[in-house]
Amino acid sequence: MAGFDFLGSLPAIVPEVGLTILAIIILFLDVYLPGERRRNIAWVTVLGLLLLAVTPLVWAPPADPASQLVWGGMVRHDTLAQIFRVMILLGAALTALMSIDTKAHGRQGEFYLILVVATLGACLVSAAADLVMVFLGLETLSIPLYILAAFRRDDLRSAESGMKYFLFGAFASALMLFGLSILYGFSGQTSIYALAEVLPAASGEAVLPVLAALTLVVVGFGFKIGAAPFHFWTPDMYEGAPTPVTAFVSVASKAASFALLVRFLIAVFPQSLVVGGHEIQAFWVSLAALMAVISMTLGNVLALSQRNIKRLLAYSSIAQAGYALIGVAAIQSQTEQGVASVGFYLFMYTFTNLLAFAVVVFFSEATGSETIADLAGLNRRSPWLALMMTIALLSLGGIPPTAGFFGKFFLFNAAVQADLTWLAIVGVLNAIVALYYYLIVIKVMYVDRSADEDQPIPLSRASGWALALPCLAVLLLGTVAAQPVFEWAVQGALALFQA
Amino acid sequence: MSELVLPVLSLIVFIPIVAAVIILFMNGERRDLVRGVAVTAALAVLLLSLAVYVGYNAQVAEVTVNQDALLASGSPMAGTQMFAEGLAYEEHYEWVPSLGIGFHVGIDGLSAPMVLLTGMVALAGVLVSWRIDDRTREFMAFFLLLVAGVFGVFVSLDMFTLFFFYELAIFPMYLLIATWGWVELRQYASMKLTLYILVGSVVALVGVIAMVLVADGFFRTAEGAAVLQQAMAAGIVSPGSTSFSFDMVNLTLAAEAGAFDVPGYGGVETLSFARLWFPFIFIGFGVLAGVFPFHNWSPDGHVAAPTAVSMIHAGVLMKLGAYAALRAGVQLLPEGAQVHLPWIVFLTLINVVYGAFIAFRQRDFKYVIGFSSVSHMGLVSMGFATMNVIGMTGAGLQMFSHGAMTALFFGCVGMVYDQAHTRDIPSLGGFIKRMPWVGLAFVIGGLTSMGMPGLSGFIAEYPIFTGMWAASEQITLQAGGLVLSNYYSVIVVLAALGIVITAAYVLRVTGQVFLGEFNATLYPDVGDITITDRVVLVLLGSPLLILGVLPGVMAPMITSGVGPVLAILGGA
Repeated sequence: MAGFDFLGSLPAIVPEVGLTILAIIILFLDVYLPGERRRNIAWVTVLGLLLLAVTPLVWAPPADPASQLVWGGMVRHDTLAQIFRVMILLGAALTALMSIDTKAHGRQGEFYLILVVATLGACLVSAAADLVMVFLGLETLSIPLYILAAFRRDDLRSAESGMKYFLFGAFASALMLFGLSILYGFSGQTSIYALAEVLPAASGEAVLPVLAALTLVVVGFGFKIGAAPFHFWTPDMYEGAPTPVTAFVSVASKAASFALLVRFLIAVFPQSLVVGGHEIQAFWVSLAALMAVISMTLGNVLALSQRNIKRLLAYSSIAQAGYALIGVAAIQSQTEQGVASVGFYLFMYTFTNLLAFAVVVFFSEATGSETIADLAGLNRRSPWLALMMTIALLSLGGIPPTAGFFGKFFLFNAAVQADLTWLAIVGVLNAIVALYYYLIVIKVMYVDRSADEDQPIPLSRASGWALALPCLAVLLLGTVAAQPVFEWAVQGALALFQA
Repeated sequence: MSELVLPVLSLIVFIPIVAAVIILFMNGERRDLVRGVAVTAALAVLLLSLAVYVGYNAQVAEVTVNQDALLASGSPMAGTQMFAEGLAYEEHYEWVPSLGIGFHVGIDGLSAPMVLLTGMVALAGVLVSWRIDDRTREFMAFFLLLVAGVFGVFVSLDMFTLFFFYELAIFPMYLLIATWGWVELRQYASMKLTLYILVGSVVALVGVIAMVLVADGFFRTAEGAAVLQQAMAAGIVSPGSTSFSFDMVNLTLAAEAGAFDVPGYGGVETLSFARLWFPFIFIGFGVLAGVFPFHNWSPDGHVAAPTAVSMIHAGVLMKLGAYAALRAGVQLLPEGAQVHLPWIVFLTLINVVYGAFIAFRQRDFKYVIGFSSVSHMGLVSMGFATMNVIGMTGAGLQMFSHGAMTALFFGCVGMVYDQAHTRDIPSLGGFIKRMPWVGLAFVIGGLTSMGMPGLSGFIAEYPIFTGMWAASEQITLQAGGLVLSNYYSVIVVLAALGIVITAAYVLRVTGQVFLGEFNATLYPDVGDITITDRVVLVLLGSPLLILGVLPGVMAPMITSGVGPVLAILGGA
């Protein structure tokens, strides 16, 4: 690397710089704004995050792969990072938007402050290109989320949720750190783009330790993305945490971890990597396929018997992680389809899940209930809430014209192209199981009667936006916007293979 | 190909969608306004689909002459060319070009009657739902979405677009049945129906993706690339087509060139792609057409659904399954059709006879019609299995005729039930005295369903049986050491028995429900039907008569539609 070019490197971290400034502004507002005007803190956060979501597009990554690795090789400013940053920032903005009118934390400055810091971590994760940055980013993302999960200190369930999340998260971090340290111990390298070349020689062609390191890292990621069999924290954490926090964890944290997972696997363990005569890629592809099958099946089957809508969405999110892992397994075909389909899937999943959780937030704010049975008659109480939930659930189930149809189609297409037709079949059959419990929820909202069905649920203007924006995104991604976003994801995928 | 400025087919698909969105934004209390918007949209699409039908009918003679010339030329891609040049009102926009997905719509001789049928049943459905007062807004919006999905499938010329609309149609149907259906059965029936149909279609979806991949591999070989180049130069496939494409014309080209017949698929010597996947794709879609033993959802679904949904479901959606099975199965996997249809024909026979028997045994008026649909749809698949021009034309006619007929039946059942509040056949009687219109319509439908000459049922069923007879000598079935030949003639005799049973149950129902003594103390309020209901009966009944007397308005068109399919079947 020729001399350090400060101004030339700056565009790579514009969102992170912006997020830091935004955090400081929120801190000041929190101190200075009097009680009745504190709602503005939330609006500042929302607008700030929306503004920052544009910056990765304005300061687009350089076309030349050689100049994408900046800040001493800490971050890689490429299209994949660009997509995931936009996704994460939009997700954070929508999370803030749905929090505005919540009684518990809608006017608490520190809630938004911590949210912004977690977003900062997620942005770093999606661009991390060095083992140090990988770990630093993941911790910057996770620690604020532990706090947010336990944000309602007076609520036992929230405290339990935070504690569980923290214990499992810390355990996962430790495992991952152990794996990373093995890799570093072999090679003396921390840059993930330099590891692949030196790994065979550095490990003395011993395949077992390399596989051990790989497994440890993948297990760590398995915890972060909530894939089975490392999903135990998800249902309790999702149920107990304040709902907007659950929403954020289910999308931003998952998306960032997936971005890092595909980057890490392709860069450190590429197809060309042969240690002791064994192709390492074949190993992690089967690992991903196995995790995909377990996650989809377990998540969907366990979701069938849930009574709490947040727990249902928790199990559904385990299954969704399983679908996305199909795309990871499809990387074996060495085409960009696998990664591109993962990118598109998470992009649409972000909006879909935020839409579903926004409905849960507004419903439980108005009624204080989170059980599925209490959703009865929602169509009569608030036609729009019911319709939005329906669209979100259909998108999760993969029914057109919502984004989920394209998301699943791209994934299954990638799997068939990668000669994993059996995995695609498992995927589509699982999608049917999932549709069963999504349809049950829809049925409850439209068909079942309840005693309060004549009491309308009022929606504030902020709530309206928090529903309309993701709904629009879901419908557009399911029709005309599928093409540009998928092309973008293809570009992002190609960037990984150009390293 | 006609050059038309107006994107008619897009309008037909998108008018219902736009109307549905408008309705969702309206005030739910203003029911008459909602109904007005819905009926306007339905009327507009009916007129457009009629215009499309008439417009295509004017070209049929020309298309047929062209097809004969192409067949005579003996070109290796004659079938594909016949298919491509038979298309009209085409629109082609890029959607996801990197995956070869386009929004490609158009109609040919097979889909034009289906579009017209959908238009008719859609308007009839809106009219027959006039008195629905519970959440009229939601009902009409979902109904129109369902209609849009159905139209979309029939006009799609891209396998992806076809799946998109196919799945789009399924969800509104679920909600319509679950919410506005018959209380005792609706939850069970709607879920069963949705899951059955979805399982079939997603398995077919994976098969189609695999098919596209095989075609891609073929077009990348030197031989395949030459075929693609040649087809592009001849203007058969759209210029700039890539090897990886979901476009039906491109896939047809690959099918005709034998890309799916290469043995050794999946490492098994005797297996080709077509042989392996044909049953999954054909029966996967066939689930929606009620193919035995996957017909189980259909009677329950039809009985549980509100009248309008029964009408569109039995009238149009079951044809959706048959149509997609024909397109994706027979047209794209001809070798698979030749191998597998000779045994699938047994399933269709069970459909015909068993369906009729069960219908005969029912006490519930609506179940009779539900099972009669299973029976009649078996004839459609049987027509496909003949793989000759007479039988397939008959199948196409049967799709249209049964669609109008069964929608008419369900309309009649709904009108009787609305006033009598029961569907128990033995406790009804003499209704023709109070509801002459309904009684007359039911008799017309019943005669059609028996295959009475002068009505469309005869025009449709006679060619199917003739086709079976004609095919009998050509088709042999080999399973292990067993060789069956000339057995289609036996099947056709047995299937004809189904018609006798049909006559029996139609006469029984007519006699017990409409004739006999009217019990005025039991049904004091039964009166004649409203004007909207009369429009429905006329709308659905008249095509049965017209087609019965003038088969020339549809038969040549369908023959021109099956021409390419048969050319590919013969060439495979």
